[in-house]
Amino acid sequence: QWHSAVMKIFEAAKAPIRWEERNVTAIKGPGGRWMIPPDAKESMDRNKIGLKGPLKTPIAAGHPSMNLLLRKTFDLYANVRPCISIEGYKTPYTNVDLVTIRENTEGEYSGIEHVIVEGVVQSIKLITEDASRRIAEYAFEYARNNQRSSVTAVHKANIMRMSDGLFLRKCREVAEGYKDIKFTEMYLDTVCLNMVQDPTQFDVLVMPNLYGDILSDLCAGLIGGLGVTPSGNIGANGVAIFESVHGTAPDIAGLDMANPTALLLSAVMMLRHMGLHDYGNKIQTACFDTIRDKKVLTKDLGGNSKCSEFTADICRRIQDLD
Amino acid sequence: MAGCAWRSMLSQVVGGAKRPALSSAAFFSRGMQTVTLIPGDGIGPEISSAVMKIFEAAKAPIRWEERNVTAIKGPGGRWMIPPDAKESMDRNKIGLKGPLKTPIAAGHPSMNLLLRKTFDLYANVRPCISIEGYKTPYTNVDLVTIRENTEGEYSGIEHVIVEGVVQSIKLITEDASRRIAEYAFEYARNNQRSSVTAVHKANIMRMSDGLFLRKCREVAEGYKDIKFTEMYLDTVCLNMVQDPTQFDVLVMPNLYGDILSDLCAGLIGGLGVTPSGNIGANGVAIFESVHGTAPDIAGLDMANPTALLLSAVMMLRHMGLHDYGNKIQTACFDTIRDKKVLTKDLGGNSKCSEFTADICRRIQDLD
Repeated sequence: QWHSAVMKIFEAAKAPIRWEERNVTAIKGPGGRWMIPPDAKESMDRNKIGLKGPLKTPIAAGHPSMNLLLRKTFDLYANVRPCISIEGYKTPYTNVDLVTIRENTEGEYSGIEHVIVEGVVQSIKLITEDASRRIAEYAFEYARNNQRSSVTAVHKANIMRMSDGLFLRKCREVAEGYKDIKFTEMYLDTVCLNMVQDPTQFDVLVMPNLYGDILSDLCAGLIGGLGVTPSGNIGANGVAIFESVHGTAPDIAGLDMANPTALLLSAVMMLRHMGLHDYGNKIQTACFDTIRDKKVLTKDLGGNSKCSEFTADICRRIQDLD
Repeated sequence: MAGCAWRSMLSQVVGGAKRPALSSAAFFSRGMQTVTLIPGDGIGPEISSAVMKIFEAAKAPIRWEERNVTAIKGPGGRWMIPPDAKESMDRNKIGLKGPLKTPIAAGHPSMNLLLRKTFDLYANVRPCISIEGYKTPYTNVDLVTIRENTEGEYSGIEHVIVEGVVQSIKLITEDASRRIAEYAFEYARNNQRSSVTAVHKANIMRMSDGLFLRKCREVAEGYKDIKFTEMYLDTVCLNMVQDPTQFDVLVMPNLYGDILSDLCAGLIGGLGVTPSGNIGANGVAIFESVHGTAPDIAGLDMANPTALLLSAVMMLRHMGLHDYGNKIQTACFDTIRDKKVLTKDLGGNSKCSEFTADICRRIQDLD
């Protein structure tokens, strides 16, 4: 229901988007390796831009997480989450307006672990110059393209001198090429301490994998949770996949109760990424107005309305905006 | 509840190997107990003297033995804490410490690191309770973070693999994981907390966090009176900022503890009002404020002694002196709620000495 809501809203906005639906459930390729279906890969390679709803986590399916497969297939190296307070959806914070940019290929999530002797385990965190430079470059480009004024590197280089130290050095080097953007550095624990006291002091935050995992969820919490948070994954070769990061909510599936906000805001991110800012702004404004008005909220937003009613309200506002 | 309290008292007395216990003589005597006091740098001395005044007003049975812990070079060239400081702590077991300045060109490692290694301070404990009268976006926070403080991501083992590729090693051991889990459950029992949540990323770090989690589960088996749950670190953070009241005692490895303990301090107002305790082997426990030395206001009677005072309250409770602890905490919270003599960081204009005097007065009135 999420994606049909988004398609309806895009139609109402007359956004110049044609949708090509594909399924990404893993299949076993030649040689026995798990892969995404060839037609899905072909479609994404051709179109470059994708919008994705939640995928179920395979328990006994035998194949790895689909999200992981997608990440590896398209080298999705940057996970980007803009977190903006939604007027009308009350949280302890107002005026949150920040973006977390997480390096998504290495760091603590290398998956390299060993038993040294019984009862002693090591887990290896990898930081490379290339991945650090790439994510830093993305962060500064994003800041420039989205009129953000500062980029803050989040790290623990006081403790992890070599690994986080390398990450930080790359950020500093890249910053040199973006004198129009203010560059600062802050320890991860200090960021968390300050974030919950005054999130308005933050703008764009760039960081390695694990810190990004934590901070992106912390920030989603500040604005109301995963049901209203957009997300984008940037890959090599121009690929970009935008997605909602909440679960599949099987208990309400098919009951016209879902809240399409997260997927819709991800689709708005997508439009902006494609340079279609006017459409993006129009759709976002309509969505925020519907929420602020509180007349047709879905259950998770505190209301009693159906997904289709919420969607229809947004469509109506869009048509009125024209 | 009565059964729980009885068990808690019994475990305090019989604790033995499980829990850092005072010697029987010290426990049963109601005489003075000596505590090592490390005032620290910057505002350290003045907030320490504030705490001493307040303890005097409360007639707490504590004798302070002041020591300095600035590192010195021992025989063999290794940095160590001064012998008289070590001797005092080994004898007293209990310490209260103010902020220490971070050495930049001093040549020696961080004093906090030295203390941690000298006394095997394996658990960092931070109770975070909302302070009525000190407004934050949250009310009713009442949780405790318990952080494993010896291993994990902070092993300090890093290598350059090839140019441009660095690895950093995270170590998790069965022993350290078991020890911190045991401390967490003992703490929960001794402090009438109803649940312990292990915080981890074992879905991603299957072996290391998996080992940590397994040890927590095993220890939980021995504490059926305490509810045990597990939650991913990112989920904890997502939920923590939306509703911190769902959390009670949280136990976790080093890095996660570093992050979460500061996050939670932020929920109640920051490091200026957050207490902290470090539990070591052999019954040593050092309680400390975790804010900085604030050199810009040192000596100006402007400092806020709340963090050090609440750490001293934690210390009293650790020593079984709950009545004194409660009395002092109540007086402190009442002063803050009343808003008449707040220090600058709490939004007022008063001096440290005025804030302190107000707390002392309330304590005397409570008697």
